[in-house]
Amino acid sequence: MTGTVKVQIAVNGAPTTAEVEPRLLLAHYLRDVVKIKATNIGCDTTSCGACTVLLDGESVKSCTVLAVQADQQVVTTMEGLSPYPDELHPVAAAFRAEHGLQCGFCTPGMVMAAVSLLEENPNPTEREVREGLEGNLCRCTGYHNIVRAVLAAAGRDPEEAEGASADPASPGISTGSGA
Amino acid sequence: MSIMGTRVVRTEDPEFLSRGATYTDDLTDERLKGALHLTLVRSPLAHGRITSIDTEAARTAPGVVAVITGADLDLAPKLLFDGANRGMVRPFLATDKVRFVGEPVVAVLTEELYQGQDAADLVEIDYDPLPAVVDLRAAATDEVLLFEEVGTNLALGFGDDEQFDEHLFDGCDVVVTQEIVNQRLAPSPLEARAAAAAWGDDGRVTIFCSTQNAQIARDEVAGWLGVDPGVIHLITPDVGGGFGAKIGADPEFALVASLAKRAARPVRWSESRSENMTGMVHGRAQLQTVTIGGNRDGKVLAYRLDVLADGGGYPRLGTALPFFTRQMAPGVYDIPKVESRARVFVTTTTSTGAYRGAGRPEATAAIERAMDLFAAEIGMDPAEVRKRNVVPPEKFPFETKGGAVYDSGEYAKAIDRVLEGAGYAELRAEQAARRERGDAVQLGIGVSAYVEITGGGEFEEDAAVEVHADGTVTVLTGTSPHGQGHATAWAMLASEHLGIPIEKITVKHGDTDLIPRGKGTMGSRSLQTGGVAVYQAAGQLVELAKQRAADLLEASADDLEVTDGRVAVKGTDTGVTLAELAAREQLKVETVFNSGAATFPFGAHVAVVEVDVESGKAVVDRIVTVDDAGPVLNPLLAEGQRHGGIAQGISQALLEEVVYDADGNPLTATFADYAFPSAAELPSFTLLNMETPTTLNPLGAKGIGEAGTIGATPAVQSAVVDAVSHLGVRHIDMPTSPLRVWTAIQQAASEGAK
Amino acid sequence: MIPVGFAYARPDSVDGALALLAEHGEDATVLAGGHSLLPVMKLRLSAPELVIDIGRLAELNYIRVDGADVAIGAGTRHRTVEVSDVLAAECPLLPAVIRTVGDPQVRHRGTLGGSLAHADPASDLPAAVLALGGTVVLRSPRGERQVPITGFYTGVFSSVKEPDELIVEVRVPRTSASGWAYEKFTRRANDWAIVGVAVVEGRIGLVNMGSTPLRASQTEAALADGASIGDAAALADQGTEPPTDLAGTAEYRRHLARLLTRRALTTAAGG
Repeated sequence: MTGTVKVQIAVNGAPTTAEVEPRLLLAHYLRDVVKIKATNIGCDTTSCGACTVLLDGESVKSCTVLAVQADQQVVTTMEGLSPYPDELHPVAAAFRAEHGLQCGFCTPGMVMAAVSLLEENPNPTEREVREGLEGNLCRCTGYHNIVRAVLAAAGRDPEEAEGASADPASPGISTGSGA
Repeated sequence: MSIMGTRVVRTEDPEFLSRGATYTDDLTDERLKGALHLTLVRSPLAHGRITSIDTEAARTAPGVVAVITGADLDLAPKLLFDGANRGMVRPFLATDKVRFVGEPVVAVLTEELYQGQDAADLVEIDYDPLPAVVDLRAAATDEVLLFEEVGTNLALGFGDDEQFDEHLFDGCDVVVTQEIVNQRLAPSPLEARAAAAAWGDDGRVTIFCSTQNAQIARDEVAGWLGVDPGVIHLITPDVGGGFGAKIGADPEFALVASLAKRAARPVRWSESRSENMTGMVHGRAQLQTVTIGGNRDGKVLAYRLDVLADGGGYPRLGTALPFFTRQMAPGVYDIPKVESRARVFVTTTTSTGAYRGAGRPEATAAIERAMDLFAAEIGMDPAEVRKRNVVPPEKFPFETKGGAVYDSGEYAKAIDRVLEGAGYAELRAEQAARRERGDAVQLGIGVSAYVEITGGGEFEEDAAVEVHADGTVTVLTGTSPHGQGHATAWAMLASEHLGIPIEKITVKHGDTDLIPRGKGTMGSRSLQTGGVAVYQAAGQLVELAKQRAADLLEASADDLEVTDGRVAVKGTDTGVTLAELAAREQLKVETVFNSGAATFPFGAHVAVVEVDVESGKAVVDRIVTVDDAGPVLNPLLAEGQRHGGIAQGISQALLEEVVYDADGNPLTATFADYAFPSAAELPSFTLLNMETPTTLNPLGAKGIGEAGTIGATPAVQSAVVDAVSHLGVRHIDMPTSPLRVWTAIQQAASEGAK
Repeated sequence: MIPVGFAYARPDSVDGALALLAEHGEDATVLAGGHSLLPVMKLRLSAPELVIDIGRLAELNYIRVDGADVAIGAGTRHRTVEVSDVLAAECPLLPAVIRTVGDPQVRHRGTLGGSLAHADPASDLPAAVLALGGTVVLRSPRGERQVPITGFYTGVFSSVKEPDELIVEVRVPRTSASGWAYEKFTRRANDWAIVGVAVVEGRIGLVNMGSTPLRASQTEAALADGASIGDAAALADQGTEPPTDLAGTAEYRRHLARLLTRRALTTAAGG
């Protein structure tokens, strides 16, 4: 009834192509068609961000993008950042140095979200890092070392983040011309 | 120089940060080639009789290989927790009744993943609804029974046949009572549950699954399948978090294995988050009544804890946990009279299990809330009240009124350190100033002190260390990491003795053919049992190597030393490498370490929150913690454990709660509805160090996995209450949501106006 | 969770999309960024037979000053709005509100037209456009019409948009650099607003205070009559019918509407 659609997607610099059902999620395209498994699926509601990849350079949640939507576009996953374990991308290396991962399940999405964040804001404050990663959930680290890792990757001294109290989450989001 | 106590970055990470870890759903193992996908049709109803199941349409849907109901299944219902009421057995697929939303009813096997949900939607099940039982007090009346033939909803009682002493509080100047909800939480590891199974021609089955305890899971599944454990080869790939909820096996694992046999093809199953939120065990879920009495000089004389605990639809490990809640009831305090009881009831909700802390956070939350209430009643600073009642250092080992023996502790010192680190006096001054000004955003300061049990229950752990002829080392451990960093930490322990760099040391775990004995990772036990076993094995290997080298070098073993992977005569160049010894004869030591008893790490936390008293919203500004688990092997890893624990503790206090409506429908079954925190809701944490060793193992180490959660929860809850205490508020149940805080302020205002 | 199967079309023009919509009517659904649609399709709460992907139509992707308005193509992504220099200068409320929508990944995909079309009363943007006094431009093979946002919404997830119509443009009046504010009350940064209040030039839009985005008309009238911010804000919940759910009771939402309106008005007044 619904047929298949041919897609061509550049994944981590290599062309891929397949006939897919239109409903195929990009996350499943990567995992089950291209057979690269770093990108994880952690929820059904676009909440956890474990499936975050870059689509034409911007972070997206690949469980909420159809493979057909990525046709003729460029996808980068964590594997694409660091093809070799002994040559980690600077953001991935910062995650290691700062112990920004434990079980590793959120990590591929978290790293990709961090890469996108730093692309858009190369010198973020701690609060900007926290808000920039609001779409990525981690159960293990309490985010403390993830935030440090992103600050370190931005070239900042992560010690600034240690116990920082000057910049707490505000009670509610408030914005305006007088603020 | 010793590697112990240094900040070694993880050996796991290069793989995790490039190709990614390999979780069960990622497996491309040859044995799983051509695997069918299992999709479960789960009950949408909390309580009801199944009147009919029509699978006809589903059977003919594209890709469907089989549609299986409970009647077709070759698995008898089983009691999932041995200590519970014997009649409360759970079927692997419900046949006559369903007892919670999410209970599996029909299994669908399809060639492709996507076909599974399509076919599952075509299964038609008719139910005759029965009244739901969500409220614990309602469950206790037995008016609606989950198991009619059992005749009661009581799954297990602890001390419930003893009478409370009516004179317990005689002689107290002040007695305070409070009902406290320790709310139900969803453990929510980012990797949900997953399993895969393939039967071999040899009649054995290989099961891959996400668990914290490979060997325990093997034995449980064997029991459920009715086979000898030796039939099962259970393998745990990388595990994406557990937090207690992945202790042992889940019934679905046995289902996967059973269906794989039936289909004569491998079967794999990986649940969705929506399934996970009702299918995986929940944690906490206690309704507590605390009563505390003492004198106006701050001395607490008596404490009573009465617990109603929620077992969910079928008793599982959660039913056991009030044992720990009772054991830890008095916390860090030397209280002359303590009594407690607990009763666990089944309700038409998801079963409960372990969740980070598992019985101990509930105890700590209760006693810490009680101390605050007592302090408020007598008008004394809550930190001061705590210091006046803690067990003094000279009393250790200290046998508590809860029946525990605390091995070592410096409770007052921990409190003093955290108060100083937080700048407690300055915080109180700032609070007073804001109150004076009538600021919209008020400051709250919460202090908690805790002690908990680690390495309890299972005191024994296996380890093997082998040096190979190529100079590499293999460590086998019965523990089962899922984020803690064992591969690095255990390599450090072996390296310390062998002098071989950790890069050459491979740690293997979670394969029951390779490592038949083991207890896994739970209850913050790993380092003090499994880690010590590795340390012991490596030490014994050094002795073995010296003996062999002594013959070879014609020297006395006493004159030999091992450095940098080489046995040499002290002060000479004469020696032989461990690799060379291994080339001559297998160089391997297997050992078992038995700690003999649990250890009791402790600490104190200060939480600082800001509460917008106009809206009720609380935000954690700072949290400062002392978590003393003895000497630290790798501070990087230990801090990571504390961070994660603290975040979960804050989140229980402020955000998370599994909610059911009166009909037993879950209202928080997705991450959109369940308030799992992001980085934006949390501050950075300030960790202060203290190391009080235990004598129960040669490392002096206690467990650190759960400490943060246990300390942070009451500190944050207390801080929120403290922020609005000047408005007449004494207690707010968790999570201290804006609505709850605002409502508490309104109520206090209207009561104050009367 | 996986959507029910569907057919997929990616027309290369708005006219092509409209022809498909006209042909398939209510069996078809328009996909822009997909961040409202795909989640409900994955939960199988929606199962269209045909998905028409307009996500790449360049003709729907623009932000330009057009007389007294800023005209924004319906396919403009949230991120584009967020960093738009034109909007920063001509309508600063809109990028400020967009910054609070979802998370960065959602903002990379979500579109202004998609958010407005979804008609979720808990969504920030409909109330913001309402406060701005914006207009929705709808097109179908029958022609184009402009619907003031005040008359666009008819209920939860429903609007006057016909099945064969597509939102092609959103027009918001150019506003001054000051005199605006947005107060969004959530438990978590990434949550939907429990209540939100957008204020711009004396107009007030309320998020999640009824089945559609609402104006706080009585507060606006009181302000026009010279009432103080405090007195006027106390009327903000008049005429609303807020929902009760896990995050808040109706009574609590009424309180929040009054509180947030006071704060937003104070901020907008430069306080």
